[in-house]
Amino acid sequence: MSWLHFAVFTPFLFTLFVPLLNKSFRRVHTGWFVLIIPLLLFVYFLGYFPLDPAMAPVIHSIPWIPSLDIHFTLHLDGLALLLLLIITGIGALVVLYSIYYMSMEREALHNFYIYLLLFMGAMLGIVLSDNLLVLYVFWEMTSVSSFLLIAYWYQRGRSRYGAQKSMLITISGGFAMLLGFLMLYTASGTLSVRELIAMSSQLSEHGLFLPAMLLVLLGAFTKSAQFPFHIWLPDAMEAPTPISAYLHSATMVKAGVYLVARLTPVFGGNIEWFWIITTVGAITLFWGSFMAIRQTDLKALLAYSTISQLGLIMCLLGIGSNALNADYSEQALLFSGAALAAIFHLFNHSIFKGCLFMVIGILDHETGTRDIRKLGGLMGIMPVSFTLTVIGGLSMAGLPPFSGFLSKEMFFTGVLTAARNMNDWLVVLPIVAWVASILTFVYCLILVFRTFTGKYQPDRLDKTPHEAPIGMLIPPGVLALLVIVFFFIPNVVGASLLRPAMHAILPQLVADGGTFDVHISAWHGFTMELAMTAGIIALGSLLYIYLKKWSGIYDNLPRRFTLNNLYDSGLNSIERASLRFTNTYMTGFLAHYLSYIFIIMICLTGGTLLGQGVFALNMENNSEIAPYEYVLGISMVIAAVFVVFSTSRLMSIIAVGAVGYIVSLMFVLFRAPDLALTQLVVETITTALFLLCFYYLPKMRRELTRLRFKLSSLVISLGVGISLTLIGLSVQDHNLFEPIKSYFENSYQLAGAKNIVNAILVDFRAFDTMLEIVVLFTAGIGVYNLIKLRQARRNEK
Amino acid sequence: MELLMALVIGVLFAVAVYLMLSRTLLRIIIGTVILSHGVHLLLMTMSRLKRGAAPIMEEGNLAYTDPLPQALILTSIVISFGVTAFMLVLAYRAYQSLGTDQMDELKGEKEHE
Repeated sequence: MSWLHFAVFTPFLFTLFVPLLNKSFRRVHTGWFVLIIPLLLFVYFLGYFPLDPAMAPVIHSIPWIPSLDIHFTLHLDGLALLLLLIITGIGALVVLYSIYYMSMEREALHNFYIYLLLFMGAMLGIVLSDNLLVLYVFWEMTSVSSFLLIAYWYQRGRSRYGAQKSMLITISGGFAMLLGFLMLYTASGTLSVRELIAMSSQLSEHGLFLPAMLLVLLGAFTKSAQFPFHIWLPDAMEAPTPISAYLHSATMVKAGVYLVARLTPVFGGNIEWFWIITTVGAITLFWGSFMAIRQTDLKALLAYSTISQLGLIMCLLGIGSNALNADYSEQALLFSGAALAAIFHLFNHSIFKGCLFMVIGILDHETGTRDIRKLGGLMGIMPVSFTLTVIGGLSMAGLPPFSGFLSKEMFFTGVLTAARNMNDWLVVLPIVAWVASILTFVYCLILVFRTFTGKYQPDRLDKTPHEAPIGMLIPPGVLALLVIVFFFIPNVVGASLLRPAMHAILPQLVADGGTFDVHISAWHGFTMELAMTAGIIALGSLLYIYLKKWSGIYDNLPRRFTLNNLYDSGLNSIERASLRFTNTYMTGFLAHYLSYIFIIMICLTGGTLLGQGVFALNMENNSEIAPYEYVLGISMVIAAVFVVFSTSRLMSIIAVGAVGYIVSLMFVLFRAPDLALTQLVVETITTALFLLCFYYLPKMRRELTRLRFKLSSLVISLGVGISLTLIGLSVQDHNLFEPIKSYFENSYQLAGAKNIVNAILVDFRAFDTMLEIVVLFTAGIGVYNLIKLRQARRNEK
Repeated sequence: MELLMALVIGVLFAVAVYLMLSRTLLRIIIGTVILSHGVHLLLMTMSRLKRGAAPIMEEGNLAYTDPLPQALILTSIVISFGVTAFMLVLAYRAYQSLGTDQMDELKGEKEHE
């Protein structure tokens, strides 16, 4: 148990105290107590900060289930540290923000903060885990806590819908990922990421390598809202805004990106990895930015913008992984620039998107709406919020002097590198990236100018807007400040945070002691990237100005074939199909269920007898048949068949009794006196019981069933009869070993009994007899209770 | 003899299954009774028929029939008797409370449609 383990467990431990604090300090906002945790953790993780570029990873391990090779191994390297600082830093700001956002009087704050802390702990666990199964445990914990947070206002139908949707999608992805992890374990024999990296070159020849890669990617894509699994993210916007800011922009959706970055050293050398991630990322990038323009709800706009930006990061990680590909190793350093751009943008996006969500929350809080059509002209009323939105929005659009500009330029460098050095088809990639960036620019302008400039419509707002309290403005203010600061000193971040992270993503490149040269600058000279940015600004502005003229194309999109409809109707039809299926065979008729049992029995026994060639007819050793034995057999058959056709209950009883007595006579023939005796007595009593009961039961009617049912019953019963006959005949030929009867013939010496059957019953195998007595006893008690219970009820009445 | 018994057993099973697939509670119970007869005879037949004397020791007898299946069948007869008695009383009680002995009327209301 190290301090690092303690740091991961701290949020979980603190959840125990949250309800207590909430109850005992009714006048203090519970958030103030919770704020301590992310702050402490942030400071603690800052302690690892002054790193040398090739930071030696900090590893602490405690055994959890050693027999299954599951160890609670924590592994802190550059990549983990970057995310840890984002999680705890933005976590602290979000908690501070939520203190002002969440009302102390109206909300169940203890629930809110418990879920939030659970999420924070789980996220720390994902980032620090070295063991894949431990990572999976934390992964699912983020899904569950996110589910709880989305449905925080569980009285609303939309919240529950969004929570269920995100749960179904992320958990399905999680299961796929678990399967992938298990495949990796089968292929490599280890669950440790570090050991997997060490043996990545042998691994890629294993047959399970590619399936494992696909399944793990499925998990990463569902979590990071990549196309076509992005549909849960816009619906997750029903969560309180601090949650949207924290989970659905800065942290949880980065888990998939983190996983891809973390496993790049394992899978990265394969071209499939590059193609899948880059393609999916590019599609997501384009589709997210395209759909964002259409949204009228500010949070939905930000959700699609998050999707788009995550696609961008994925795309860059895909290109970056090519640095490990042997075919392109000459350009390795060029490709590694894309990976650097990915993590730099990951960092930037967390900051500006957190800031933007918080400002939208302020707008919602102060005006009562998030609808763009109702907002407008708020610049003069809320100047601080306006400034923060401009900073966040323009950073997202990729304009100087904001840090988003830097990562955007690096993004273009990345896609251009891919287009220049690889397949000719990849020329498409910079074009897609460029168009998506133009669309990004347009929705950023919509975000900033539609809400704050234009006509002020006070009559359409629920509240009289005014500037937010200072406490609510501090967290987005801090983030906005960082956006500007990082533009001017990007290399401080680059050297201290990004460089160690690069060492974690592409360790093979620096195996011989080298380091990455991380140098980010705002000015590259007159390059292609700059021209692209200029084009974005020009075209984007034009598109924004003439937005009304071309936004009609969104109405022409086929409504029925959207992914959301596909999801909804898919879910519905699964439900309906399974209901229909269940109703088909679960009819409630005993006859149907018995038919299933008998049909399966016929198929199994008959199939085995005939299919396996077990059936044999060997009459050699058969004993001879006396004529009167024929008579017995035939009369038994007649009696039995008579029961089927009888419509009188008395005649049926007599026929059943006749069958029983003939069985008893058979036992006499087969030299079984005890059996004959017992059968005689039992048959008599059973017949008496039948008579007793039939006296109370209604007259037996003709079977009023359809002919088809009768025919199918006939076929089934004949099938059972025939297969049992065949079994009875085949046994004669299969004398596997001698019977053990000679042992029982010692009954006089061993048990002092001359009647061997009785000796077996009470001496050799007396346990059977004892339990048979218990059965009889239980049946007696059952009969007694059945009759007594009715009387008791009658007496009550 | 084994051939004859196998055929008789087949008929017993077919009759029992046909009765069990019917709609009347009584026929189903009769079906189970006949089914247990079939099982007992099958047990007997599978252990070879009529080889030697009854398994009671007497002077001068060297070969007995196999006593073990007989012991098994004896146990089975008693158990099936107990179960049959219980089922009969259950049918009687069901008829008393519900007023029907038709299986499809005992099915109850459809719940999920």
